[in-house]
Amino acid sequence: MPELLIEAGRAERQYWRDLWRYRELFYFLAWRDLLVRYKQTVVGVAWSLIRPLLTMLVLTVVFGKLGKMPSGGIPYPLLVYCGMLPWQFFATAMSESGNSLVTNANLISKVYFPRLIITASSVITSFVDFLISAGFLVVLMIWYRYTPPAAIIVLPFFVLLAFAASLGVGLWISALLVQYRDFRFIVPFIVQFGLYLSPVGFQSSIVPERFRLLYGLNPMVGVIDGFRWCLLSGQQHLYWPSLAASVIGVVALLVTGIWYFRKTEQTFADVI
Amino acid sequence: MSSPVITVENLGKRYMIGRQRSKKDGLRHAIEDAIRTPFAWLRSERKSQKLPDKDFWALKDVSFQIKQGETVGIIGRNGAGKSTLFKILSRITVPTEGRIRLNGRVASLLEVGTGFHQELTGRENIFLNGAILGMTHAEIVRKFDEIVEFSEIANFLDTPVKRYSSGMYVRLAFAVAAHLEPEILIVDEVLAVGDAAFQKKCLGKMGSFAQSGKTVLFVSHNMEAVGSLCQRALWLKDGRLHDDGNADDVIEAYFSSLANESSFSSTNPDYGLSIQKVRLKNGRGDEASQFHPGEDLVVEISYDAQKRVEKPYITVGVTGINGPCFIANMLLDGHRPETLDGTGRIACKFRAIPLLPQNYIIKMSIRTKNGNDMIFNYQDVARFNVVGDLTKYGYKGEFLSRASHYTPVIVPYEWCLPDGTTALVSLGSLPNQIAGDFH
Repeated sequence: MPELLIEAGRAERQYWRDLWRYRELFYFLAWRDLLVRYKQTVVGVAWSLIRPLLTMLVLTVVFGKLGKMPSGGIPYPLLVYCGMLPWQFFATAMSESGNSLVTNANLISKVYFPRLIITASSVITSFVDFLISAGFLVVLMIWYRYTPPAAIIVLPFFVLLAFAASLGVGLWISALLVQYRDFRFIVPFIVQFGLYLSPVGFQSSIVPERFRLLYGLNPMVGVIDGFRWCLLSGQQHLYWPSLAASVIGVVALLVTGIWYFRKTEQTFADVI
Repeated sequence: MSSPVITVENLGKRYMIGRQRSKKDGLRHAIEDAIRTPFAWLRSERKSQKLPDKDFWALKDVSFQIKQGETVGIIGRNGAGKSTLFKILSRITVPTEGRIRLNGRVASLLEVGTGFHQELTGRENIFLNGAILGMTHAEIVRKFDEIVEFSEIANFLDTPVKRYSSGMYVRLAFAVAAHLEPEILIVDEVLAVGDAAFQKKCLGKMGSFAQSGKTVLFVSHNMEAVGSLCQRALWLKDGRLHDDGNADDVIEAYFSSLANESSFSSTNPDYGLSIQKVRLKNGRGDEASQFHPGEDLVVEISYDAQKRVEKPYITVGVTGINGPCFIANMLLDGHRPETLDGTGRIACKFRAIPLLPQNYIIKMSIRTKNGNDMIFNYQDVARFNVVGDLTKYGYKGEFLSRASHYTPVIVPYEWCLPDGTTALVSLGSLPNQIAGDFH
C-alpha cells in the first residue's frame, strides 16, 4: 500500500481513490435510510406514491381546472405528473440531501470516509423514490390509454440531467448548512417558491418567447421540458435554447457544488 | 529491522475558538457584513464586528515515529490533545501545520457502535457498522459468524438494537470493530464503556492483535490497561509531547506529576505555622507517587514557622480504603524536636512498607503544648498507591487478582499446616520460604 501523506492544505489525490474504495458505502447508507423509513411507518412504502399523487391532484385542480391552463390535448393530470416527477426528485434532494451532513454529524466527527458519500447516498435515496413514482406513471399512462412517443429513448439522458441537478444542489446546500445553520430556514422557502416558478403545474410554452431563454436559466426548466417531450407526444415542442441554457446551468451547479463541497469538507468535523 | 509505519513531523492543530463559537455564524450575518461594508476590501482598515479570534493550539510541534509491531499508549490529562491527535491520525480532521506519513491501512475506533441505528436489527447493524468502518460487503459476510460468536448475541440478531441492553449493544459494537483487519489500529477510550468482563475481552483482543505483529495505538486514562498492553507510551501535556519512552517509566512519571500537582499546603494563622509542601519520596530520594511492596516510603514535610512553635508533636500515618494501616507518632515515641522556627523540613521514612497493591492516603497532624492543642488536625496531606506483581514475593493464590479488596497490611507470618510443613509469607521485609521446614 502506498504511503499516505496527511498535511494541511493538501489537495488529496487520495480522495478519488478513497471514493472508489468506499464505494459500497453509497449503497449501505442509502439502504439504511430506506430501511429505517419503511420500518418506522406503516405508511412508509406508500409515502413514495401518496405524495406525488396528492400534489398532482392539487396542481391539476389549481392550474388545470381553475386556471384553465392550456394542455395541448394531453390529459392535465398526466402533464402535471410528468413535470412533477423530476421536480420532486430535485426538491427532496434540496431538503433531505441538504440536511444529510448535519443529520449524520456523529459519523462525520467519529469516522473517516469521503463525506461526499453521505450527500450522494441521500440523493440516491431520493432517486429510489423517483423510481417508485415513475412506476406509478406507467399506471397513469395505462389508465389514460396513452402511448409515449419514440423520443422516450432519450429519457435516460434527462434522468441523468435530473440526477446531476439534484446532486449539484444537494452538495451545495449540505456544505452550506454545516457552516451556516440558519440557512435551513431558507431551503423550504426556495422549494416552495421553486414549485410555482418551475413549469410543474403548467407548461413552459405559456412563458412569452422573449423570456424563455432567461427562464431556461432555471435548471429544472430544461429537465422538466425534456421529460415532457420524451414522455408525451403531441405539440410538445422542445425549445432548444432554453434546454441548452438549463444543461449549462446543471453542469455549472454540479461542478461548483463539488468544488465548494471539497473546499469546505476539511473543516466539517471541526465545525459540525 | 522494523520500518516506520507512522511518522509524525511537527504536527500542530489550531482551533479558533473566538470565531467558531461566535453566534455571528449565520448566513444572515455573512450577508449583513457584506452589505454593511461592501468595499471593505478596498479600504485598508476594516471595521469588523466579529469577536477577536482566540487561538487555541490543541497540538503544537508534536513529532514521533512508530515502527511496525509496536504497541504504544498515549496518555495525558483531559484536554492534553490526545483525542485531537487521534482524530488527525484517523483523518477525521486536518492538521494546521506539520505532516503525518502513514504506511498501512488504518482502522480507528473512537467509539463503539458508530453509525448504529436503533431501528435496525443486530444483523443489519453489523453490515452497516462494518461498512462504515471500511469493510467490504464480502468481508462482512465472510466474518459474520465469527462476529456473532464474539458478541454472544446470537439469539437477538433479528431484534432491533433499541431493545438491547447496554451490555449487549457494546459487545456487538466491539465485535464488529474487533474483526477489522488493518495494519494499524488506533483505539480511543473504548474501554470506558462496558463491564469488567467486556473490558477483559477487549484487552485480550487488542493484545492478540498486537502479538500478530500489527501496530496498535491506544489512547486511554486506564493506566493499568496501558501498562499491561503497551511497551511504549507517549505523554501529551498541553498539546505538546512531554515524554516518550518505556511505558512503565512514562506512566510512573505521569502519576508523580499528578500527585505533586494536588499538593497539600495549609496555614494556621494563630500559631503562625504553615505547611508549604508534603513530598513523597522513595528510598532513592526521588519523588514518587507509586511504590512497590517492601519499599521505603519517605514523607517529607516542608514548613514555615513564622512564630516559634514550642514542643511540637507530629503524627504521620498511612490509611487505606478500609481504614488506618500504621502510624508514626511522636506522642508515643518521644522523638519530637524542641521547637519549630523559620523554614525547614521534617521527614519520616517508613521502612519496607508491608502493603498490598492498593490506593493509600497519608494523614498528618501537628500538636503542641504537651500534646493538647491541635495546630493541624489529623487530615489528608498526600496520596500514593502501591503497585507490584505479588508473584515476585512468592504469592501464588488463586484469588491474587483481588488483592485490592483485602486488608492491606501484611505482617510476616507463617502457616503450620496439617502435614507438618510450614510456609513463611512476607512482603519483602524477610526472605520467603514456602513449603519448607522452618524452626
